[in-house]
Amino acid sequence: MTSGAETEAVVTEPTPPQRVLPTAVVALLVAVLCALAAALALWSLHRMLEPPAGVDALLVVLALVALLPLVPAVRAFGDDRRRGRHLAAGRLAPARHQAASGREHAHTAMGYALAVLICAGLVWFTTANDGAITRTFLRWEFLRSSFANVLDAFWINVEVAVGAQLLVLVVGLVVAVMRLLPGRAGRPLRWLAIAYVDTFRAIPSIITLYLVGFGLKLAQVPVFKDLSPVWLAIIALTLTYSSYVAEVYRAGIESIHPSQWAAARSLGLSYGMTLRTVIVPQAVRRIVPPLLNDFIGLQKDTALIGVMGVTDAFAQSRLTASNVFNLTPVIVVAVLFVLITIPQARYVDRLLAKEQTRTGRS
Amino acid sequence: MTFLEIHDVHKNYGDHEVLRGVSLEVAKHEVVCLIGASGSGKSTLLRCINALEPIRSGEIRVAGDVVSGLGVDVNRLRRNVGMVFQSYNLFPHMSVLRNVTLAPVKVGGRSRAEAEEKALALLDRVGMKDKAGAYPDALSGGQQQRVAIVRALASDPQVLLLDEITAALDPELVGDVLAIVRELAQDGLTMLLATHEMGFARDVASQVCFLHEGRILERGTPAQIFEDPQEERTRQFLGRVLASGRL
Repeated sequence: MTSGAETEAVVTEPTPPQRVLPTAVVALLVAVLCALAAALALWSLHRMLEPPAGVDALLVVLALVALLPLVPAVRAFGDDRRRGRHLAAGRLAPARHQAASGREHAHTAMGYALAVLICAGLVWFTTANDGAITRTFLRWEFLRSSFANVLDAFWINVEVAVGAQLLVLVVGLVVAVMRLLPGRAGRPLRWLAIAYVDTFRAIPSIITLYLVGFGLKLAQVPVFKDLSPVWLAIIALTLTYSSYVAEVYRAGIESIHPSQWAAARSLGLSYGMTLRTVIVPQAVRRIVPPLLNDFIGLQKDTALIGVMGVTDAFAQSRLTASNVFNLTPVIVVAVLFVLITIPQARYVDRLLAKEQTRTGRS
Repeated sequence: MTFLEIHDVHKNYGDHEVLRGVSLEVAKHEVVCLIGASGSGKSTLLRCINALEPIRSGEIRVAGDVVSGLGVDVNRLRRNVGMVFQSYNLFPHMSVLRNVTLAPVKVGGRSRAEAEEKALALLDRVGMKDKAGAYPDALSGGQQQRVAIVRALASDPQVLLLDEITAALDPELVGDVLAIVRELAQDGLTMLLATHEMGFARDVASQVCFLHEGRILERGTPAQIFEDPQEERTRQFLGRVLASGRL
């Protein structure tokens, strides 16, 4: 109903529902094509695995799953037929319901069929070239032989990440508060904070790691020259990520409405006390999601500490990988990083949900 | 005896002069209502009294002591001068009880137990004792404003500044909040109110000031201002209020 004439016609003569048949035909075609693609991909997988009967049965089940989108596609045709019957009998409302249901079925068929197509594409990619890709990235025997080594080394990544995260929480807040200091007295500190953030946010963390890792030792800087490489890595990542997190804190603090300052100050709380008891606690609640984002970035950057001579999980996996001429150990590191990140994301989701129920916000 | 003295106070935001020489004396136990159109300087005047805004020139004295200008211990001043805001401004991350006890514990030096006991007594007085553990977001505007009044009272202020405290409330909630202010007035608390509730001002005020473009244009008892205003501007303003059905 797009033209003006039709719009006017509504008043006297209700419009019949549109035909579903064209959409249904398209849906059926898409579903069939995607099922064919899935069959090809599964055949390729079958050839690569030359599997025992049990796995073959699984492949058959997967093939049947790939056929599932055909069900709603066929239903759409039934809906279209019933729409026609209702329309012929002059039952306009039931005809509309059938048409709507038919469109819904056709769209469902296309949505699921496209998902099947994407999965089939992935399977085809991993089995292409007679499975060379899979053999390069994922070999069971190398997975088993490298896992213990890599996991051992991964604790260094965890250690560096947790150490740096704890320091970043403190240093970032200090820098943010420095940057927000009021008045003439605060000006030089504000400038220093800005200079720090501008500098360390710009330097790639791999360069900071490299410079801190070797520079402090080379220059024989007291205290620092005796630190273990793990501590130097923590310092380098703290330098880099405190600059990000300071900006996150600042955004959080500035997002608190000035009326909260006025209310706290009017009660006789000092600037510092207001910041500590009223402003920062509210700001911290708001910045948890972006903070997690930066923390995940930090965790990932622990894979760079190899440049300063620390044998972390990635360095270890590369050693192993070049020994066996296969990338499976590196995949193990990648999976470990994914595994430690997901629980954190869910934990933050839960924190936010809890916060919402507690304060009664809908 | 004059308790609060405001003498020739000027204040500007950039080029805009908000207060152009305001003078006012408030005796102990007096209730002074500031009326006037939006932008006439009522809120600014209140915010200058407890130094939330610095003034350009003039002088403000509380209990004889100069509290404007440099070198004043603003945090001490503010413990004597409580303030309630139009938008309540409760701390959303604290329970009602924590909101009320924050200042007594952190700056008043009271023990938590003592502060809580007093807070609960005050909350009881405004009918909010059973909400002591609730968070502000779970309360209605009227309830939040009652808590905000209690929060200001918890520090035992000698004067209370109320900045259009019913302006953000639904009409049916205004009465509850005004009843509390009326009770405080009867108890003899010195108060300065910026308000649009003319009927309320006529009832409780000992002095009404009409502000216009940063000056107190007319000042007197409620009877003088509301029944027999001398200034043309005051008459116009009250006429408009009357026409909108708020008197």
